[in-house]
Amino acid sequence: MQISRQQMLRAYRQMAMIRAFEERLHVENRTGEIAGFIHLYAGQEAIAVGVCENLTDRDHIISTHRGHGHAIAKGCDVTAMMLEIYGSRDGMCKGRSGSMHIADLDKGMLGANAIVGGGPPIAVGAAIASKVKKDGSVAVSFSGDGASNQGTVFEAMNMAVVLKVPKVFVFENNGYSEHTGASYGVGTEDPVKRIAGFGLPVWEADGTDFFSVHEAARQAIGHARDGNGPSAIYAEAMRYFGHFEGDPQLYRAKGEVDALRTGNDCLLNFRRRTTDGALLEAAELDGIDRETADTVDEAVSAAKAAPRPSPEAVLEDVYATY
Amino acid sequence: MPTMTMRDALNEVLFNEMRRDPNVIVLGEDISGGAGGSSGTRDAAGGIFGVTKGLIHEFGEDRVIDTPISESSIVGAANGAALAGLRPVAEIMFADFVGVCFDQIYNQAAKFRYMFGGKARTPVVIRMSMGAGMNAGPQHSQTVYPMLTAVPGLKVAVPSTPADAKGLLTTAIRDDDPVVFLEHKALYARKGEVPEGDYAIPFGEAALVREGADATVVAIARMRGFAERALDTLAGDGITCDLIDPRTTSPLDDELIIESVANTGRLVIVDESPPRCSIAADIAGQVAQNGFHHLKAPIVQITAPHAPPPFARELERAYVPSPNRIEAEIRALVAGG
Repeated sequence: MQISRQQMLRAYRQMAMIRAFEERLHVENRTGEIAGFIHLYAGQEAIAVGVCENLTDRDHIISTHRGHGHAIAKGCDVTAMMLEIYGSRDGMCKGRSGSMHIADLDKGMLGANAIVGGGPPIAVGAAIASKVKKDGSVAVSFSGDGASNQGTVFEAMNMAVVLKVPKVFVFENNGYSEHTGASYGVGTEDPVKRIAGFGLPVWEADGTDFFSVHEAARQAIGHARDGNGPSAIYAEAMRYFGHFEGDPQLYRAKGEVDALRTGNDCLLNFRRRTTDGALLEAAELDGIDRETADTVDEAVSAAKAAPRPSPEAVLEDVYATY
Repeated sequence: MPTMTMRDALNEVLFNEMRRDPNVIVLGEDISGGAGGSSGTRDAAGGIFGVTKGLIHEFGEDRVIDTPISESSIVGAANGAALAGLRPVAEIMFADFVGVCFDQIYNQAAKFRYMFGGKARTPVVIRMSMGAGMNAGPQHSQTVYPMLTAVPGLKVAVPSTPADAKGLLTTAIRDDDPVVFLEHKALYARKGEVPEGDYAIPFGEAALVREGADATVVAIARMRGFAERALDTLAGDGITCDLIDPRTTSPLDDELIIESVANTGRLVIVDESPPRCSIAADIAGQVAQNGFHHLKAPIVQITAPHAPPPFARELERAYVPSPNRIEAEIRALVAGG
């Protein structure tokens, strides 16, 4: 399916924004100003953006502990996210979520989720709501190769098939489940066949190619949106950073990431494809790179200067009423 | 006031609330029952204890959802449906199965509002049958409310009468926070008067079931009826007590309890759960901390032993606090001065 020039520029902007956000966090995390755990998504941008470019605010997604990319792709405000990661009172979640639980319900972003495999059952519920309200929305869960082995994910796939709800399961194999290779923990030789075994049609995509993911997602999401029941997308794209920031990555061969960055990077792949094909101009993409870097720079400055939560706030919002 | 069973009172609330609000759905295992069976009969179960009987015929499959046996996904789906604007009522057949869906209860539902900066509403009700009394053995007889009460962000209701069941479930469904609603399986067939029409009981308001002078007795769920039997006998000997049924363990009406202890000077807590980290221990701790000067005698906690609920009739009888044991302990406490 043909993608308009405007759509391509928007997609590149989203991917570049995620990359700039993650690269900067990698640097800022070492200053000690950011508390807690950070899990970076760099390398996988084409998947989040390829999927979310097929969604609207009305559609729901639920993410993982590695959730910045999905949040940005779904339209969450980058500055509010940065403030949240810095723990500011004015952060997206008032400094109570940090990186791992970031959510914006107004954007249909039901949260990063720090419990591996926690998200898919929740997205099944959002899909049930779509069916009850007949609002035409779909619900999408993102799960890594690690989550793909959780019982909750198997349950959710089965339940979605049984209830025939508009739910899309996105499986992102990024090569590693925490500090263990996906090839070890994913027992099957053929993850696509395993997903299909649950009764879901699966669209396989190249996770380093935005166009491949976008097309797979268009079909998988269309399938679900048209009332045909759940579907799945399977894509591989290695992460560039560790499981968490500070992970020495002893499980990784030397040079693995460098080879990925130069040889099969989703942003470079996008740039090559669009400029070689004379679809976009390099200067336009360069401009987007500068703009996104500036946006992230401003977000970091704002986050560092943002007000801190007051200790009394620890008891706010535990309940709606109590 | 009509008389009905707790099961029928709960069933009536589900009909009422589903008629009142199109966003209310129910989901769970065998919630109507019969789907995929060889007879083609739907509503073959109506929930394991019949609480959801008949709903499928009026509200259809979209709102009365028979699920696979997947407790994590039942609660998870309820959570997601709530975030997306519905008011789901999930049924977990036996409270013991909380072990397979606890993550979705305490890491997800209970925390959404807090984690998401106060923006989330999570109007989920998770109904569960609980308690001993049917010789269902170690994995189908527990009360589980202590560990659920310990979770910030959750509310926990423990009705003991058909009227309270109606009033509390109505409140639970209309509440914007996640509520675990624990129905004692030995009470489903118990009859009582139930107010007609719209009837909601606010959470955190205990019932002062009867008034007396010699001690304050706090009894939860099935233990309320047992305590009433004990107090009936004691009344013949001139011993009278305040009897308080908390009705919800989170929020807990500790004010009423302390107020009562201020009058009676003695406290007895009857709790079907094992003693460690229990509601009995929690109430005892609060009264010791905030009402110590009112106490004329040590607090008495009448609980199950630190053991799983057993199967055999003799063992289960020994496990659950009995009316005789409650009577004897109160008698001894009051005799002690």
